[in-house]
Amino acid sequence: MSEPSTAPDSAATAHPEPIVNRLSIQIATVNGSGSQTANNTLLRAIFQMGIPVSGKNLFPSNIAGLPTWFTIRANADGYTARRSEVDVLVCMNAQTSREDVAGVPPGATVVYEESLKLDTLRDDLDFYPVPFAKLVREVCPVVSLRRLVVNMLYVGVVAHLLDIELAEIEKALQKAFATKPKALDLNIDAVKAGLAWAEENITTQSRFRVQRMDKTAGKVLVDGNYATALGALFAGVTVAAWYPITPSSSVTESLIELADRYRVDPETGKRNIAIIQAEDELAAIGNVIGAAWAGARAMTSTSGPGISLMSEFIGLGYYAEIPAVIVNVQRTGPSTGLPTRTMQGDVMFCAYNSHGDTRHPCIYPANIEEAYEFGRKAFDIAERYQTPVFVLTDLDLGMNLWMADPFEYPEGGIDRGKVLDQAGLAAMEDWGRYKDVDGDGIPYRSIPGTPGGKGAYFTRGSGHDEYAVYSEDGDVYAGNVDRLKRKIQGSADYLPQPIADDRGSKVGIIAYGTSEAAVAEARDQLRGEHGLETDYLRLRAFPFPASVQQWIEAHDRVYVVEQNRDGQMRNLMRIELPEISVKLDSIRHYTGMPLDARTVTDAVVAAEANAEGAN
Amino acid sequence: MAAAPKTNKLGLMVKDYRGGDSTLCKGCGHDVITNTIISAFYEMGVEPHMVAKLSGIGCSSKTPAYFLNGAWGFNSVHGRMPAIATGAALANRDLKNIGVSGDGDTASIGMGQFVHMLRRNTPVVYLVENNGVYGLTKGQFSATADEGSVAKGGATCDLPPIDLCTMAIELGCGFVARSFSGDRKQLLQILKAAIAYEGTAMIDILSPCVTFNNHKGSTKSYDWGKGHEGPVHELGFVPHWEEPAVEFEGGKSVEVPLPDGGVVWIKPIDEHDHDPRDRVAALNLLREDYENEAVFNTGIMYLDPSRETLQDDMDLSAEPLWNMPLEKLRPSRESLDQIVDSLR
Repeated sequence: MSEPSTAPDSAATAHPEPIVNRLSIQIATVNGSGSQTANNTLLRAIFQMGIPVSGKNLFPSNIAGLPTWFTIRANADGYTARRSEVDVLVCMNAQTSREDVAGVPPGATVVYEESLKLDTLRDDLDFYPVPFAKLVREVCPVVSLRRLVVNMLYVGVVAHLLDIELAEIEKALQKAFATKPKALDLNIDAVKAGLAWAEENITTQSRFRVQRMDKTAGKVLVDGNYATALGALFAGVTVAAWYPITPSSSVTESLIELADRYRVDPETGKRNIAIIQAEDELAAIGNVIGAAWAGARAMTSTSGPGISLMSEFIGLGYYAEIPAVIVNVQRTGPSTGLPTRTMQGDVMFCAYNSHGDTRHPCIYPANIEEAYEFGRKAFDIAERYQTPVFVLTDLDLGMNLWMADPFEYPEGGIDRGKVLDQAGLAAMEDWGRYKDVDGDGIPYRSIPGTPGGKGAYFTRGSGHDEYAVYSEDGDVYAGNVDRLKRKIQGSADYLPQPIADDRGSKVGIIAYGTSEAAVAEARDQLRGEHGLETDYLRLRAFPFPASVQQWIEAHDRVYVVEQNRDGQMRNLMRIELPEISVKLDSIRHYTGMPLDARTVTDAVVAAEANAEGAN
Repeated sequence: MAAAPKTNKLGLMVKDYRGGDSTLCKGCGHDVITNTIISAFYEMGVEPHMVAKLSGIGCSSKTPAYFLNGAWGFNSVHGRMPAIATGAALANRDLKNIGVSGDGDTASIGMGQFVHMLRRNTPVVYLVENNGVYGLTKGQFSATADEGSVAKGGATCDLPPIDLCTMAIELGCGFVARSFSGDRKQLLQILKAAIAYEGTAMIDILSPCVTFNNHKGSTKSYDWGKGHEGPVHELGFVPHWEEPAVEFEGGKSVEVPLPDGGVVWIKPIDEHDHDPRDRVAALNLLREDYENEAVFNTGIMYLDPSRETLQDDMDLSAEPLWNMPLEKLRPSRESLDQIVDSLR
């Protein structure tokens, strides 16, 4: 496989010269062995050396005993998508070690427990046997801790092989063990022991190296779920109801952590937020709908199976016009699917969720900055349009660590939409809960408990007229659902707008969410390796504004890149924008692994060859 | 009892607590309960706009439209009213929630939410208008139908019933009552005490379905109720602003003060010596009812006003959350800087 000239990420060929700041490290361990801290330490140390990084945790749906892999990509050009090629392999799991070694390209560096004797498997790799089992006995007298401490030994060995600075490793460890000085000392000692052993016993360094640069100054390293929770906190969320489910649990867990710190009234010691762990997702969304009906800014976080359970209430929220923020951190379905793997699998399901004619605003953050921004804006959208809103992130964004610009303080207030207080109700003649006064399909709502004798109404999921009175009249029903469609369509211009990056090409790529990182890199590969310039449109919301159709019309061929089997966003565009549906081709990735650039590049090249051949 | 005054302590009249016209069958037990709810809120002097009327789906769930027009109502989805009540209670702790459910809505599809509502002590007056059948879908047995009870079409119920009062006590509910739509006098006192109570007040009310379950062989018919009801005590509720007007003649009576200052007065009747503060005694009383189909005990089975409500358990601010100013909710710039620093 050739590498683009603009991004020569390690080519495992015979070149003897070092390859600096372009490498992927993969660490294979056993789930539950406590390797996460060690892996994050390596990631953070490289990040602190100013080198752009990204980390992907490929873990099983299991607490202990199954194989798990952590990959770190360091790339001077700032590419953060997953790379499928591994340059430096650390084999700490006997169970998978043979397969792990078989999977790396020629020229890769392999660090492994010496007793596994992996060096007999191939003769085109640089093998570094290390007596981890023996070393850990020396460095850690407490038998029960050895399982954990051994991980820090490989941190030391890898640091030596790759030139990772010890001072940065120590700094990263200080962060991880800020409140546990004893553990900190033990771990630092283990790293140093690994390093010392390597200095003494390893004569040739790996050809893959890192070297200090200045491309991460000011940046933060954080997961998307934390960013989404932070956005909600700054939006003024007051009620959050949830039921634990991977990969979304850390959204609300982060909110709990933030609330403990920032939502306890300093004078009274009381809380200015209610976070409730519900008995199931049916109840979680019910809590949100009940709270939002009573005026709170309310949210839930879940994943696909939870959305399935919430669908009845989501339909009620749509029809009875109650705001709700639903963060869906997508994972691989259907059913239980691959619960710890990523996918953009709920695009269609969320857009038209629940029975009857429904449609819901959906927003698709692509990076940490947007996870934060959309986590905040979702509340404005939900309250402005009085309807459930989906924030569709995924496991890759939600649970992996990404580099990002620092979070910006939100300027201005919040948009609570058309809410009438006592004075507003008094001033409005002939108020009706579902009356379209302004012609935008958005009615005026009142909040339970508003005094003055006006504004009380009966909320129901059954047929109702403009005054919220029960009605089975067909014309009243049709008029109401037509207004609802207009209302939601009207949100298209208020939602985050698509971002175009046009370079005058007739070939377009459309992507959304976490495909962003891979597509950005793939476009460079297409230009660098194949001389193919592409235009790019990143969708950020459904329903689509008019500019999406215009952009597609301006191109000959458009590839919709997404992470699901059926090309769900492509299909959604075909339904919503039928005139241009013939122009849409589809590039799909659905292994549960985060999308990589090479998959996109190869697919575009193959499809373009076909298109040329057909002309 | 003296004739009701023309206005209550707020200066409001009974009509201020009425709702829309009922669309239920003529003679439905639910309509009696609706009227009793109107009387209870009137006599308790609750501001109508501070009441949230909540329900799920079914005949019983339609009734919030028939009382308190000045209150906000929410007819939600089948079996899920407890979740709505919980959300509303978290958003605005000043609201008085009343939830009206039925035996299908509570004991079948809604059982999961019902038990967790009890466990959390969600503030709500929770009524089960219990008639042993699904009325709106024309008379199928519900999970509270007694074993051996005969349906209108002749089928016999082969399964044991779920006893909601027993379940509520076991799950820690501090206000558990059973009543009968044919005993308005008792129900009114129970409802008034329930309105004054702060956590979940669960009232299981036999409310005969005149269309599908009012025949011979039914153990949820009006005649069955009239023939078997045995109140275990005389009841009175005295709100905190009233002088005690309840006078029991002779015998020992029990007074249970509620946190708002109101007092529940109870005088045991006949052979019953039931102290509603005694949890084990309450369970035994219900067991007797469950095992002997000729027994239909009514009254406040269990009363324990000491339990923390959901909001107190969550340590929520006294000020309702829903309209807290943004300044109280959005952390400062310095706080964000602090957060960002921690991620570097």
